[in-house]
Amino acid sequence: MTTIMPKRRKDKVDELAKAAGTSLTAQAFKRMRRSPVAITGAVIVALFLLMAIFAPLLTPKDPYFRYPELFTIKTPNFIPGSMPGFLFGSDEFGRDFFSRVLVASQQTLLVGVLATLIGLSIGMVIGGLAGAFGGWVDTVLMRLVDVMLSVPSLLLAISIAALAAQPSQWTVIIAVSIVTVPIFARLLRGAMLAQRSSDHVLAATAVGIRRRTIVLRHMLPNSMGPVLVQATLTLATAILEAAALSFLGLGDPDTDRAEWGLMLANAQRYLEVRPELAFYPAIAIIIVALGFTLLGESMREALDPKNRR
Amino acid sequence: MALLEVRDLSVVFQRKGEKPFTAVDGVSFDVDPGQTVGLVGESGCGKSVTSLAIMGLLPRRGNRVGGTATFEGTNLLSLSDNQMRERRGRDLGMVFQDPLSSLNPVISIGLQVTEVLQRHRGMKGDAAKRKAAELLDKVGIPDPTRRLSEYPHQLSGGMRQRALIAIALACAPRLLIADEPTTALDVTIQAQILSLLKELVTDTGTALVMITHDLGVVAGLCDEVNVLYGGKIVERAERHALFNHARHPYTHGLLGSIPRLDAPKGEKLVPIKGSVSDNIPWDNGCAFAPRCPNAIDDCRQTMPVLETDGPGQLRCHNPVELADAVREGAR
Ligand SMILES: Nc1ncnc2c1ncn2[C@@H]1O[C@H](COP(=O)(O)OP(=O)(O)O)[C@@H](O)[C@H]1O
Ligand code: SF4
Ligand SMILES: [Mg+2]
Repeated sequence: MTTIMPKRRKDKVDELAKAAGTSLTAQAFKRMRRSPVAITGAVIVALFLLMAIFAPLLTPKDPYFRYPELFTIKTPNFIPGSMPGFLFGSDEFGRDFFSRVLVASQQTLLVGVLATLIGLSIGMVIGGLAGAFGGWVDTVLMRLVDVMLSVPSLLLAISIAALAAQPSQWTVIIAVSIVTVPIFARLLRGAMLAQRSSDHVLAATAVGIRRRTIVLRHMLPNSMGPVLVQATLTLATAILEAAALSFLGLGDPDTDRAEWGLMLANAQRYLEVRPELAFYPAIAIIIVALGFTLLGESMREALDPKNRR
Repeated sequence: MALLEVRDLSVVFQRKGEKPFTAVDGVSFDVDPGQTVGLVGESGCGKSVTSLAIMGLLPRRGNRVGGTATFEGTNLLSLSDNQMRERRGRDLGMVFQDPLSSLNPVISIGLQVTEVLQRHRGMKGDAAKRKAAELLDKVGIPDPTRRLSEYPHQLSGGMRQRALIAIALACAPRLLIADEPTTALDVTIQAQILSLLKELVTDTGTALVMITHDLGVVAGLCDEVNVLYGGKIVERAERHALFNHARHPYTHGLLGSIPRLDAPKGEKLVPIKGSVSDNIPWDNGCAFAPRCPNAIDDCRQTMPVLETDGPGQLRCHNPVELADAVREGAR
């Protein structure tokens, strides 16, 4: 779905870079408003954002409290299912599962956004330098980026997270963000190179505008369209990869924290007794990742010069 | 001394694994202060490359530039990139063919004018904005203050080219190079832009190098015309001389292939046979020989040199006889 296969990833990134200079115009926006795919994506993303932001207000119960009434039945391996007041029933510690699924969205949003922002920033610095200077700077930086791109991203993230001495959500964030660096770098670099040989950069050069101004004012802003599209798509990948790392036990080991990936991992032990424990977080991850992907893909399509009219 | 003296300018493109390609081959011409000089020829004859070489705008790699382009005593071709950046926009301006793609789509017209004023004049804030509005007004853009905050896509093609002219002339350069400034515009707009250019250079005493493939443009604008073919100047003449008795068969072809308003009804246009891509290199004789109605044996063996011919210059072994030329000119 969103995890672009390593081999084809390079092509996809390059393809997106070609859309450089085609900024998010009103025209592109109009096209998106007519597209059901874009609307679906936007609605999912909006609902997710609302859910994450207002989670503390929306939770019917305290997600961290171990409710005695959920523990009253002392049968081993019995976890109460849905009951009045506890929509999704209990988790293995007698906590309200519905509230926990809700608050976990905050964790997902935080990890997704931070990982994407960090990856975006580092990637943009590398890609921006390569695109602005060209020549050997470009060659060296892009060799580096190609090496990073050639390693499957989840594998790279797992290695980075596994190397961390003390697993925490920060190791997850950093592992996931490093994986996105080469994508952003290559993308921005491609877009900047396209801008470099554009007519309006030539025209600005022809009136003596300083090189620094050319890069910052005439090349960079025009190169941002594809980068923003990719950032939206990356949010989906980041969410999936962060969940995967938690699932594999490479995230924060604190069992109090509500996190979809971790919930999924814990649910494995009770799969026969209470499959819903795996079902709800899994559905949540899939829907949110799908939302960002649909939105990002329709943005990409709307920005594609081939679809302009 | 002329304002700009181009001497023996040559540009050779060389890509790895490809044969070197000479796009401009020993071009020399002068531009006096306030004078308008035309560079005319079919597409691909080296007009744009000539102007980019003078402006120092050719790509940094993949080409070799020879000769000199002396502007007010300084050889521009020997200046460093930063020295050239100081001069561009201040001493030398350039207007390009496609006004839409020559403007930055994501920043306002106002900023695109004021950034030049800030760069060379140190003007900022309201002073720069006022000056920018004044410049837009001068190039005939109505409601200039409002236009400052608009974006290129909100302007029509003609208005965009006017804005670009305003940007190029913002710091009153003494030389303006216009590379087919009307080619991308509607016919009705073309005439307006040309008369605007004429008016501006006359008012300000700016010298103008007018690049075009269209002799009709030259007719109303240029004092002197250089006709280019295959990277070389083949004929140089004062405007009236060119129109009344052009002597080079290629110039004749160009004249024959533009519609004349005074031509008798039913007379057919005579397009020049072939195209520039049929070029044989000049070192095997005359590059125009395969297309030339006047070609003689000599043309395929020795390269014609540019020689003084009356008040102009001519590169041809067998030029159109003056008597014919006059007759044709008076037709
Ligand atoms: N960057 C370049 N690399 C290689 N060849 C070029 C380059 N720019 C122009 N040329 C070639 O130089 C010749 C002259 O081009 P140009 O000056 O643009 O023609 P025009 O007279 O139409 O403006 C053409 O044959 C063109 O293919
Ligand atoms: S030199 Fe010969 S081939 Fe060339 S233009 Fe003159 S007559 Fe024609
Ligand atoms: Mg040209």
